[in-house]
Amino acid sequence: MRVAFPFSAIVGQEQMKLALLIATVDPSVGGVLVLGDRGTGKSTVVRALPALLPSMKAVEGCRYGCDPSANGSRCDECLERASHTSKGKLPITDKRVPVIDLPLGATEDRVVGALDIEKALRNGEKAFEPGLLARAHRGFLYVDEVNLLEDHLVDLLLDVAQTGENVVERDGVSVRHPARFVLVGSGNPEEGDLRPQLLDRFGLSVEVRTSDDVAQRVEVIRRRDAYERDSAAFLATWDAADAAVRTRILAARKRLPTVQVPDAVLQRAVQLCVELGTDGVRGELTLLRAARATAALDGAKTVTDAHVTTVAPMALRHRLRRNVLDEGGSGTRVARGITAIYGDG
Amino acid sequence: MATAVPAMRSADDVSAARARAAAALCVLAVAGHRIGGIVLRDSSAGAQQWITALRALLPSSMKVLRLPASATDDRIFGGLDLAATIATGIPVAERGVVADAHGGVVIIPLIERMPVATQARIGGVLDSGVAQVLRDGVRAEFEAEFTLIVIDESDEDVWGVAAALRDRLALVLDGDVRVDESVLPDRDTIATARARVGHVHADDEVMQGIGSVCAGFGIASDRASRQALWAARALAALDDRHRVDEGDVSLAVQLVLAPRATRVPPPEPLEQEQELEPHQPQDQPEERPPEPPSADASQSEPPPPSNDESGAMEDRLVDAVTAAIPPELLATLLARAQRPSQESGKAGAESESWTRGRQVAARRGRPDGVRRLHVLETLRAAAPWQRARARAGELRGVPVRSLIVERDDFRVRRYVERAGTSVIFVVDASGSAAAQRLGEAKGAVEALLVESYARRDRVSLIAFRGTTADVMLPPTRALARARKLLASLPGGGGTPLATAIDAAISAGVSARRAGTMPVVVFLTDGRANVARDGKGGRAESMRDALDAAAQFRSNKLSAVLIDTSPRPEPMAQRVADAMGARYVPLPVVDARAIAGAIALAKEVG
Repeated sequence: MRVAFPFSAIVGQEQMKLALLIATVDPSVGGVLVLGDRGTGKSTVVRALPALLPSMKAVEGCRYGCDPSANGSRCDECLERASHTSKGKLPITDKRVPVIDLPLGATEDRVVGALDIEKALRNGEKAFEPGLLARAHRGFLYVDEVNLLEDHLVDLLLDVAQTGENVVERDGVSVRHPARFVLVGSGNPEEGDLRPQLLDRFGLSVEVRTSDDVAQRVEVIRRRDAYERDSAAFLATWDAADAAVRTRILAARKRLPTVQVPDAVLQRAVQLCVELGTDGVRGELTLLRAARATAALDGAKTVTDAHVTTVAPMALRHRLRRNVLDEGGSGTRVARGITAIYGDG
Repeated sequence: MATAVPAMRSADDVSAARARAAAALCVLAVAGHRIGGIVLRDSSAGAQQWITALRALLPSSMKVLRLPASATDDRIFGGLDLAATIATGIPVAERGVVADAHGGVVIIPLIERMPVATQARIGGVLDSGVAQVLRDGVRAEFEAEFTLIVIDESDEDVWGVAAALRDRLALVLDGDVRVDESVLPDRDTIATARARVGHVHADDEVMQGIGSVCAGFGIASDRASRQALWAARALAALDDRHRVDEGDVSLAVQLVLAPRATRVPPPEPLEQEQELEPHQPQDQPEERPPEPPSADASQSEPPPPSNDESGAMEDRLVDAVTAAIPPELLATLLARAQRPSQESGKAGAESESWTRGRQVAARRGRPDGVRRLHVLETLRAAAPWQRARARAGELRGVPVRSLIVERDDFRVRRYVERAGTSVIFVVDASGSAAAQRLGEAKGAVEALLVESYARRDRVSLIAFRGTTADVMLPPTRALARARKLLASLPGGGGTPLATAIDAAISAGVSARRAGTMPVVVFLTDGRANVARDGKGGRAESMRDALDAAAQFRSNKLSAVLIDTSPRPEPMAQRVADAMGARYVPLPVVDARAIAGAIALAKEVG
């Protein structure tokens, strides 16, 4: 198995990197949709996450990786186990944040989980075998070419991502377990448009392009080549940089609950949403959450207009009432809205 | 220039194509899975000759597996091993072809028949070198590092290989791919080069050169640059060198990058261009200035050689790539460079296929010739009863079997056909369909496109004028492209109605073959004046048109003919009747009426 290309060594793609960092600091912003040309490193960024992200505490031996903290939701098995201990305390272990790949062509039984046939046949035991959703709990679920995934699977994923719970009723098993994950979808819109219903169910959406800047392109080639030729040495070179990002994430998570949003900033953010005519309050909520996470990543105590305008394109561009035939980029429309509300500054 | 590789610039086109095919063959034989593979756009026979020549150069022990385009996911990536599963009663994973081919070569003929999603998944395996199986109760990972050869026999202007897969394959050969075997190096030379390629050094200047070419020719994929670098290394290794030289890079960029050009660099030297455009931050991709403006189309002359030492190689590479771009593509790119446009140019149009039935929950039933047994679901159904059955069996003195399956357990597969609609617009762009009328028709079509978008139909567009009917847009869901094309449709010339109907038949039949329900929408005044043979004359033209219409009818295709003439035109009605199409005169229609007519046509069909 090849080792992943380090996060910090990825040249450019700042929007995508920021969107994923925001999601790690505040997963409640919802999923991240990444659209763009082929070969621009969309998958590379996602696959760099496991090595980058700080590890998490999980209940030892739990198949779902339940959060041991007091307010964490528990699966039935953990609740059962806890009831047998004196103080309801379960052993804790360190676990890597899961980043799970959902391959196109995966069948529903493997995604949601199903009856464990082996146990059923061997012991006549009706046991549940968890699927992908269980493995992705508290982490990321990545679907490359999301526009090629079967509609019913996408709907299922979005539904679970939103409720944070996977409910399985099949094969005579009836199971529900927590499944909170950040859905990351990538795709190339030229290969078939995404359903509009799907678009705005992602929290953030970024467009990935390759730079025309020769120096940047050359740097990409250089680093990629160094990595392919001696990945161990390359990883060592970037270790410190990745560690710095890790520290930044941890600090931001700690800071997030105390980050303030001044009324004036909030007001202008809402004005921006009105100006752009985004549908519903989901846009405003996501915009604010993303801005707060960005402030936290910056080490700021309060959210500023700059934080809002930085994340406005990724939080809003896919929520504009869309003329399906208008290719004039939605990003441009957001930029226009920003100028209208915040001026050229 | 690598001596072991045949020179690519030759006196005539045929030998140039032969040399190109040979160079690609050598590069693939040496670089293998590092560059993904190759697309052969040729007939099966031509491709076969190329592949045979390649096999002669590869180690004889190397696995070379053919994968039919109709292969199911479980056979390609791995899945449930039926025999072992039934024998043991426990789901057992089985390797797919890509895992079996680990370390070798996979060949997919007729790639155009493989669903886009499957192609995309194969592309993912090429990236990761791992086949992940998550289906039918099986979860497994298999090593799968292989070189892929796909044979694309679709028409010239269409790609049968999906963009997702194409990007992973460094090389493409178009047209005649046959090679002259006498110019190829021997197996030992290749083996030595294969062993060496990982150790070939490439200077920073080489990476600079490749980066400039990518930026200059609008090649977005960073995979392409990596593949070009490996191709250059392969060429150096073939020439028994440890360092990439300019000849290697030059040939490599011609092979890997030239076919992917989406524009040509502006005539100014690249260095100046950079100074004019300050460093662009990545975080505002929308605000990139438009593509290089107003390159003089006639000026296909390469930029004058720069005196600047460092830029010299980049310039020469740009020349090499420009020279290697196929002439038709070059013309398109130059034309595109003339008008400022945001469209991210693509060399070819995409085709897609989405139309395998989706498998839904299995249903109780006995398998027969039509219904197929769903082994896993059957096991699931049987599982809870095993203990009870075993006990019951013991009581009756029946010897205990490992698995007891009874009639009620049988489950069969069910599929839901994704019967999408494919709307084929056949638009009359001739002089007789007066410009204004065509404008109205375009308005109606746009409204239809919006509806199609909501229904997730696929649309395609055929325009006819002069003596030909051209597929402007193969079936696609990217409707914005359809609209753009329609808006820029040129008008004028004769009305080759028969040719247009013939084209509609072939588009309709192939849409049906792809599993979709075709509905053909003609926009014409029906006044045919160009016959099938391209000659004028109303009588012959009309006779041909009615003949084509009869064939159309015998193919049982649903159609609507929208009469675009100012007053209802008897000829149009006659043609519509002959085709068995609904006739809708434009003066009385608005978009909704047309949509209604199409909906009706669907029901009838």
